[in-house]
Amino acid sequence: MSTSDGKFGRYGGQYVPEALMPAIEELEDAYERYVLHNEDGFMDEFRQRLRDFGGRPTPTQYAERLSERYDRDVYLKREDLVHGGAHKLNNALGQVLLAKYMGKDRIIAETGAGQHGTATAMACAHLDFDCEVYMGERDINRQRPNVFRMKINGAEVTPVTVGRGTLKEAISETMRDWATNVEDTHYVIGSVVGPHPFPAMVRDFQAVISEEAREQIQERAGTLPDSVLACAGGGSNTMGAFAEFVDDEGVDLYAVEAGGSSLSVDEEEGVAPNSASLSTGGEGVLHGARTKLLQDRDGQIMESHSVSSGLDYAGVGPELAYLVDENRVTPVNVDDDAALEAFHRLSRLEGVIPALETAHAFAYVEKNHEDLGDTVLVNVSGRGDKDLESVIEETEKRGIENAPDMSMFSGGLR
Amino acid sequence: MSRIPEAFADVRGGEAAASQPEADASGDGPAFIPYLAVGDPDYESSIEYVEALERGGADIIELGLPFSEPVAEGPTIQNAVVRALEGGMTPTRFFEFVEELDVDVPLVCMTYYNLIYRYGDDDANRPRAFVEKAAEVGLDGFVVPDLPAEEADPLREACDEFDLDLVFIVAPTTEGERLERIMEQVSGYVYVQARLGVTGARSDVSAQTDESLARLDDWDVPKAVGFGIKTGEHAERIVAGGADGVIVGSALVDIVAEGHENGDSAESVAARLETKARELSEGASRGFAQRTPHPERT
Repeated sequence: MSTSDGKFGRYGGQYVPEALMPAIEELEDAYERYVLHNEDGFMDEFRQRLRDFGGRPTPTQYAERLSERYDRDVYLKREDLVHGGAHKLNNALGQVLLAKYMGKDRIIAETGAGQHGTATAMACAHLDFDCEVYMGERDINRQRPNVFRMKINGAEVTPVTVGRGTLKEAISETMRDWATNVEDTHYVIGSVVGPHPFPAMVRDFQAVISEEAREQIQERAGTLPDSVLACAGGGSNTMGAFAEFVDDEGVDLYAVEAGGSSLSVDEEEGVAPNSASLSTGGEGVLHGARTKLLQDRDGQIMESHSVSSGLDYAGVGPELAYLVDENRVTPVNVDDDAALEAFHRLSRLEGVIPALETAHAFAYVEKNHEDLGDTVLVNVSGRGDKDLESVIEETEKRGIENAPDMSMFSGGLR
Repeated sequence: MSRIPEAFADVRGGEAAASQPEADASGDGPAFIPYLAVGDPDYESSIEYVEALERGGADIIELGLPFSEPVAEGPTIQNAVVRALEGGMTPTRFFEFVEELDVDVPLVCMTYYNLIYRYGDDDANRPRAFVEKAAEVGLDGFVVPDLPAEEADPLREACDEFDLDLVFIVAPTTEGERLERIMEQVSGYVYVQARLGVTGARSDVSAQTDESLARLDDWDVPKAVGFGIKTGEHAERIVAGGADGVIVGSALVDIVAEGHENGDSAESVAARLETKARELSEGASRGFAQRTPHPERT
């Protein structure tokens, strides 16, 4: 659902410092003109660039061995095959192109796992923009390959050292940069979070996933899926995978969150050892929007956790929060170990190395396939090359049983 | 009932001053409005620090209630917030702090909306519960940097109910219809953001300040300038340029941070804060003396 006032039920809105409000209003205007009304052929150019530069459409693949394992038809929407290796390019390309139409000359972005930063750096190189990417120091250490890729594409990568040095802190720091340089800079938010119009706009750029998947699966299977699953951190691949199915009442939508090591929280320490804000969070206001958040009883934002840095965020998109309240989306979660197992299972069974984020969705299918109907569609949000260092380290540390012998990599890939 | 209008009575002149000639705390014109993060670096020291600001000439004090994601703050105040949170500051402790303070000047709570929104156990009573408690402990108003006018109705209604002021920030980018919308809602004073960006002490005064003040000339609301003010000279220049008050945060928080790092006694840090406050307050007063009287206010 798109809204004129930027609200999804009681979620959404525009909670940002006043200095940013004129830029938000300018962006709202540009979103309505170029994205919603295709002014100057913006959407035509966007779709053409998604094809030629981005490699779309991506296939919806029938997963033979998973289908056999679960005794139902499992289809994979292969967003890992988008240029850059993740769905993130759909949004980054859309926003950088929009910044060009708006006459901005500098791009800033935040990134967690580095996929959004990489996609933004690629889009900026492609469209000739200066680009600065804020990334938590902890995430820089967890996701070195993407840091290299950003730099190779000409982006400046700025480490964020405050707090735990993950996505939450990187978003706050990028908002500070934007508040300082708002007159010539566009902030490419990497998910369906932030102040209106970002949640709606990012969803619209990502909706190409479900547009294609809906058509492709009907062509292949002759039917709509019984269920669609996608991992949910901020929720951009989730909303992209769900958008065109929301009105199909017979299709169940599952947002699979990172259960981390536990669903409990440590209020004293301000830490939630998970990133399951849809499943366990409370309503609040963070980074420009009212949504569901991991927070203590006073409203202080909790440090989140996930083995997957791409899901390691204390908030979630306001539209997802709304769809959960409306019982249209079912929030579920799996823990770190199950995600690692699923990572190895999919790699071994289907020859698809998924992002650790994506592996969460497959972990849920493993345990709950009997509830998912005859035809299951899973969004493969990205490829797992970026996660190999973390996977090797975590697999060894946790003794994940279905993993290959990793001892030859002792000492890491460095 | 908010005491904020009294603090500006002298500098605003006219009826307000005539009706409340004794009202201005320092009696020397413009409002000097210092900020400290409450609980930085600990509860007890923080009480001493805030009280020292009043002795140094504060006319209004902005008390920062620390929030874990202070997106409008630069590194100085971010670090203060971390120290205060690590020291155990919470909204409940904040209200206790305000009750315990021994100061007579108006007090403004500066915080982010989530803390105001989440306060209390009754979902249906948000954000009214926070405002009710604030009024009970003697606060006079709020500054909420992540709450633009568009989202402020629920908080403003609660403020109206309890006679507290809701101060809005006007940025260098705020113009035209936005400016009108904000100025129609503002009460107490308007917080004029001196420059784009985040809080933090600077070595110069931004030219954007003069432009921002000029844009606000048509509105008869006290104008207090903040963001980047560090010295008495800065305060002088800003008040001479037409501001009715100056807001200083980072330059004071720097003193707290330095004292904390050096292991100085709270007493000596408080003395330095008082001295700095006096420098800033006197600078503002000098600026006021240089001012050409506003034609509509004489």
